[in-house]
Amino acid sequence: MKKQEPIVQPPSDACATCPMHDASALKRLGVDMKNFDYVVALAGNPNTGKSTVFNSLTGLRQHTGNWPGKTVTRMEGGFEYAGLRYKLVDLPGTYSLLATSEDELVARDFILFGQPDVTLVVVDATRLERNLNLALQVSQITERAVLCLNLMDEAKRKGMHIDDRRLARDLGMPVVPMSARQNEGIPELLGVIGEVAASNVRSKPYRVSYQSPQLRSSLSRLTEMIERSMPDLPNAEWVALRLLDGDAAITEALLNGELGEMRT
Amino acid sequence: MTQKVRNSAADIVAEAQKLRWDMGGDLHDQLTESLYAEAARISDRVVSRPDHAAARGFDRTLDRIITSRIWGFPLMLLLLTLVFWLTISGANVPSALLSGLLIDTIQPMLKHAAASIGLWWWLDGLLIDGMYLATAWVVSVMLPPMAIFFPLFTLLEDFGYLPRVAFNLDALFHRAGAHGKQALTMTMGFGCNAAGVVATRIIDSPRERLIAIITNNFALCNGRWPTQILLATIFIGALAPAELAGLISAFAVVGIALLGVLLTFVTSWSLSRTVLRGEASAYSLELPPYRPPRIWRTIYTSIIDRTGIVLWRAIKFALPAGAAIWLSANIQFGGVSIAEYLIHWLDPVGLFIGLNGVILVAYILAIPANEIVIPTILMLTVLVAGVTGVGDGAGVMFELQSNADVLTLLHAGGWTLLTAINLMLFSLLHNPCSTTLYTIYRETGSLKWTTVSALLPVVMGVATTFVVTQLWHLFGL
Repeated sequence: MKKQEPIVQPPSDACATCPMHDASALKRLGVDMKNFDYVVALAGNPNTGKSTVFNSLTGLRQHTGNWPGKTVTRMEGGFEYAGLRYKLVDLPGTYSLLATSEDELVARDFILFGQPDVTLVVVDATRLERNLNLALQVSQITERAVLCLNLMDEAKRKGMHIDDRRLARDLGMPVVPMSARQNEGIPELLGVIGEVAASNVRSKPYRVSYQSPQLRSSLSRLTEMIERSMPDLPNAEWVALRLLDGDAAITEALLNGELGEMRT
Repeated sequence: MTQKVRNSAADIVAEAQKLRWDMGGDLHDQLTESLYAEAARISDRVVSRPDHAAARGFDRTLDRIITSRIWGFPLMLLLLTLVFWLTISGANVPSALLSGLLIDTIQPMLKHAAASIGLWWWLDGLLIDGMYLATAWVVSVMLPPMAIFFPLFTLLEDFGYLPRVAFNLDALFHRAGAHGKQALTMTMGFGCNAAGVVATRIIDSPRERLIAIITNNFALCNGRWPTQILLATIFIGALAPAELAGLISAFAVVGIALLGVLLTFVTSWSLSRTVLRGEASAYSLELPPYRPPRIWRTIYTSIIDRTGIVLWRAIKFALPAGAAIWLSANIQFGGVSIAEYLIHWLDPVGLFIGLNGVILVAYILAIPANEIVIPTILMLTVLVAGVTGVGDGAGVMFELQSNADVLTLLHAGGWTLLTAINLMLFSLLHNPCSTTLYTIYRETGSLKWTTVSALLPVVMGVATTFVVTQLWHLFGL
């Protein structure tokens, strides 16, 4: 069918910066993931509304349920925003990426080796402390992370106040407050995804400070060796940590060159 | 990949191992602790809480009641009964409307159209009396209860009730030597066993996962709800005065569902003490906050997605099954149809366990999907009971105006209250449908465990119905 000319005037600059304009630029593609420009990964603790975010971006209706661990398989879907096509990958919900269980391994391997253009970390605003654990680990792996501060409606109901700007500064990554169930914050999220994907925004890898001086010196020595050998590697310190922790999968990836081929 | 980088990769690994050796064993704990400390530091800075937390108090009070030792279980039973009562009493009217439309109105129109273009009798029979009627039956029997049951169930799920159920059942599963998360996969099984089997992926230990897979079939799936609801309504509800009939039927269905839960525990316990021996592993279960369910959204998605998907699957199986039923009733050897041969052959076995040949043949024909068991039984009963005045003869699934008609027909087929009770039991205890079996095979990758999952319930079903029949006769009921 021929496309009709719009009757209304093209939007002015003011419109372009309005979040509603962004929302209207979202085209949900469902399972259509052909010729995508960017890959977006969706990580988060169980039961933080990851599937809800997934559904509102892709228009798919993956079953959401209010209980932890209901997403056991990796779901993929597509959306188009501002003329670019995105493939969205919903990872299993995990509390950490230390690869102690199958779920964690799947999530970690995708963020590390899948090299998504953007990694969204969905966190429950009412349980920020526990959820940040995962966010910190993601930020150690990738500098293309965005924090979705979800369930803000519930936080408000509980009378909590969260300083999202300070959080963004402390974490060194963009923070989008949202209530995915009410579709609040989705337009803002789309804007941030677009900017990070286009490399306009990079998060600073978070440096966790460690207590033990011995760990600190070992870590800096190993990090330096890795950086010298693979200058393009975006997450040398994290790799060093994993090696020190005796992570078999990372050791293997380093030896067979899989890590060395990665680029920022 | 150049040789140079490869070498230095090996150097890095060697260096890491050396440093790791020097540092001792508690590194993993140190890393975890540092992360937690950092997370706590950041969240302390950005989150401010009020002194009084009213909403939190509400959640806590609710949790105290829902997960209480005294009220937890009665509340679960009450909610379950309420859901079934709403389903049973709400589904009657739309079911009658649908069958009036699909079977009384559209089917004669199709027959008329077929006659006017001079369609061969066998093609007309196969397409309209076999495939169309089987499908129409499945839609009118299944759609209304599903369209009520699924949204109600999803609302409970959305509200956050399911993890509390898991919490209440956790201690029991633990004592049965199984994983507490099995409570969640069992609950999924109430929707669909295939989905429940996939959901067992949340259980890490292979031993406990196998137990959860094998016992998932004891969670009554939606393909079997309509069978239970129909039988409870026409046989058990009929025993009670009219105003209590709905409630009594609901209790009967809840009873069967609870028996399934009980057998889940018993079987898990037996498995974990025999072939799948081992300790139950500990895990932490997070009780999510209560969330106000988005009612319209839930109703919309559960009708469009869940109900639609399940119905579509039933229709896909009903089409070929309808054809098979029609053929088996119309292909004759020496004046007797294949279906009649089978029924007479299986009748002694069936009667021995308080069922009959018709029911067993229906289960053989309905292996692909439990949903079509009842329509098949009704059709085959017409065939052998030689009932006239309903339908158009052999192999025709016919219209039944009301549950009273079904009752009359089944009585003519030699059914008693015992037959109904045994069929309800057998519907709970028989092999999983083909989709679930295939899923079990895919998940376990083992023919052995798939066979166990298929045969164990059948053996239990035959044993249970046999015992019930013997007791029934013993007490001269």
